[in-house]
Amino acid sequence: MDVDPSLAWDEVFSAPGVARPVYREIVDVLGDLKTVDIRTRYDQLGRTFAERGVTFAFGGEERPFPLDLIPRIIAATEWGVLSAGIQQRVKALEAFLDDVYGPGECLNDGLIPRHVVTSSPHFRREATGIVPRFAPRITVSGVDIIRDESGNLRVLEDDVRIPSGISYVIENRRAMTQSFGSLFTNYRVHPVDEYPARLLRALHLSAPEGVRDPTVVVLTPGVHNAAYFEHVLLARLMGVELVEGSDLVVVANKVNMRTTQGERPVHVIYRRVDDEWLDPLHFRPDSVVGVAGLVNAARAKTVTIANAIGNGVADDKLIYTYVPELIRYFLNEEPLLENVESYRLDDVESLHEVLDHLERYVVKPVDGSGGHGIVIGPQADEATLVELRATLLANPRGHIAQRTVALSTVPTFVDDQLLPRHVDLRPFAINDGREVWVLPGGLTRVALPQGALVVNSSRGGGSKDTWVLADVVPIDLERAHVEPTSSPSLAAPKVQREARQYGPLTQSGSDQ
Amino acid sequence: MNRGMLARLAELIYWTGRYVERADDTSRIVDAYVHRIAEDPFGDSGVTCRSLFATLGMDVDANASVTIETVLDRLVFDAESPSAITGALLAAYENARRVREVISSEMWICLNATRNDLAAQRDEASRVGPASYLKFIRERSALFAGLTDATISHDETWWYLVLGRSLERIDMTARLLQGRLFAADHSPDWLTLLRAAGAMESYLRSAVRRSDPEAIAAFLLLDREFPRSAYHSLTVADHCLDQLTRASTHLDIVNEARRTIRTTQSRLEYMDPKTLLNSLAEILTLLETTSATANDQITSSYFRQVVATSWMSEVGT
Repeated sequence: MDVDPSLAWDEVFSAPGVARPVYREIVDVLGDLKTVDIRTRYDQLGRTFAERGVTFAFGGEERPFPLDLIPRIIAATEWGVLSAGIQQRVKALEAFLDDVYGPGECLNDGLIPRHVVTSSPHFRREATGIVPRFAPRITVSGVDIIRDESGNLRVLEDDVRIPSGISYVIENRRAMTQSFGSLFTNYRVHPVDEYPARLLRALHLSAPEGVRDPTVVVLTPGVHNAAYFEHVLLARLMGVELVEGSDLVVVANKVNMRTTQGERPVHVIYRRVDDEWLDPLHFRPDSVVGVAGLVNAARAKTVTIANAIGNGVADDKLIYTYVPELIRYFLNEEPLLENVESYRLDDVESLHEVLDHLERYVVKPVDGSGGHGIVIGPQADEATLVELRATLLANPRGHIAQRTVALSTVPTFVDDQLLPRHVDLRPFAINDGREVWVLPGGLTRVALPQGALVVNSSRGGGSKDTWVLADVVPIDLERAHVEPTSSPSLAAPKVQREARQYGPLTQSGSDQ
Repeated sequence: MNRGMLARLAELIYWTGRYVERADDTSRIVDAYVHRIAEDPFGDSGVTCRSLFATLGMDVDANASVTIETVLDRLVFDAESPSAITGALLAAYENARRVREVISSEMWICLNATRNDLAAQRDEASRVGPASYLKFIRERSALFAGLTDATISHDETWWYLVLGRSLERIDMTARLLQGRLFAADHSPDWLTLLRAAGAMESYLRSAVRRSDPEAIAAFLLLDREFPRSAYHSLTVADHCLDQLTRASTHLDIVNEARRTIRTTQSRLEYMDPKTLLNSLAEILTLLETTSATANDQITSSYFRQVVATSWMSEVGT
């Protein structure tokens, strides 16, 4: 049995040859381009990425992240619903984390069995009481969105630990405007370059109390991390230091960085190091990328760590199945975005339903990321399923099962042809403690092999630029001609300019 | 530039400057030797090649045959050794990759694109000879130097990079001249050395207008204005340290490196050019130790300051 691609919703075409309204302009423009033109620009794109070092580490090798020419376009109205749904979800998860590392009311009320929380691999008792009063726990989040066969957007997963991919959003847009600028002509696309400034502001606001001009740093595990490029980009675009664990030293519960002029205090750490490697005194003692004493400094509230320690319990995939209930419980609202139909395997009935039909379901580890450990039932061989069955019986808490969704498709340039390929979407949200802001755009990942449903870059995925439109429909060109493009008061003032100067060998007045 | 930069980054930047300069200078030196061998088909190229290795401080097996191929393998194309041109460039790339957020995109792209192009350049060199590869390296180094000057603020980052470049240049200029001492008959002649240092035109236009060894050695070591002369490089290094000292609070330690540099600089400043050739061996050794000693002093005072450890009790929750 396989996933039937004809079941999937196509983002661009509603029927063969019939483009959906938001894609009409781009389908026209593409129709005018010759394959050889497209090929040439692709090559240019590849060179640009290779030169700029826009890469991810794949099996120890730095590879350019493949970017597809055809953008994923999201209309303004649909984006409105999507971003509101993401905001709602992030707020609920924030409240949940505050509760489980605080009073634990949702556990006392029986909303979630206590053992489900305490048995989560990412539940950290150490996290209790170390978040400053006004700092959010989830400064940055990524919510993976898919579109099912009937066109509904659903949440596939949450990532409130260290979501990555924003650098590709920024770099993809830059590359697209350079290589395929003509595609943008008839669209008003929201820019994505606001992200670093928003993140920096959120980090500033989360500084410990009493610190007026906080020093913010980005903490990276180092150059060998798969997302190192992203760490560099964020540090650069925010204008802050990119530090490694060895650059930081904790003295008297205060974090300092070692500079050429001695030590300088650090107040906010946007860390891209996982919890378990963060502080060898509290977590893995063999960590060489962490900072000894960091957890104590955070507890002494001299430094803010973003995202907070212990957030992983909120994106545990078993907790994911409770998120709609968390939204109702904490926000008293109905969820705006649905989950994908999921099965809790610690429930005996569900477990047996799934075990009886393993070939129908997607089974994933509750604490996995990067597509690791996922088994897609319809695409798995018998040996894998046998092994999976044993794993599930031994540790039902360790996995969840989901209905196999034929992800929506977007035409993608593969071997000089446009072929439908499955995509997902990862929007990014920033919580500055006052509001949750969702970047208009996101990372559309595309599974390049035919029929593949796992889009992670580590599994042969590529990406597409994602356009969130400011207008409901493409601008009406006829009307745009009639309307003045700028008001007279904004016209450039006339300035008397000095004549250009030339050297002795240039004839005066020549206009070279 | 009064706040201090991350010590780790300062060290990486400093070495980026050194490695790019090393790739550049080594390619100049190798070019001069390759030229020498080509021009002198009756000479013993083995001895010439051996003197080149000795010049660059590299060991070669006394019994093995040393040919131009050995030179190309070990001094040009070896990707593992930072003493080889390719290795030095890759080391510069690896350093730059770790400091991408403090150098300009253009500087980073320059090194990244150079690295991406190395394999193709090597293929071309295997068809048309090493000169094209050496020229490629020199041009990319020049591009990097130009971008360094034009695309980042001349703040602490820049001073560390220039400091690294200057110390490397002092060392390499000394090594360039070493060949004349080891095996004068088998090393490039004085004019080739001038050319290798990119100093031919400057020398010819200088007031000296003589082409005897004494004047050439004096130009490469003592000239006040030529940017690759040992004296000029010492002056630049001293100026860098002066700028960095102003930002510093640890005057005592920093002065150590300046003292090393300035002592040697004064020695050259008051040297009689006529006696230079007599004390050439001593001067070249002095320059090499100056570069090495200053490097160690800079490392311990700026990059690897020792921090005293203290213990704190846990904070209650």
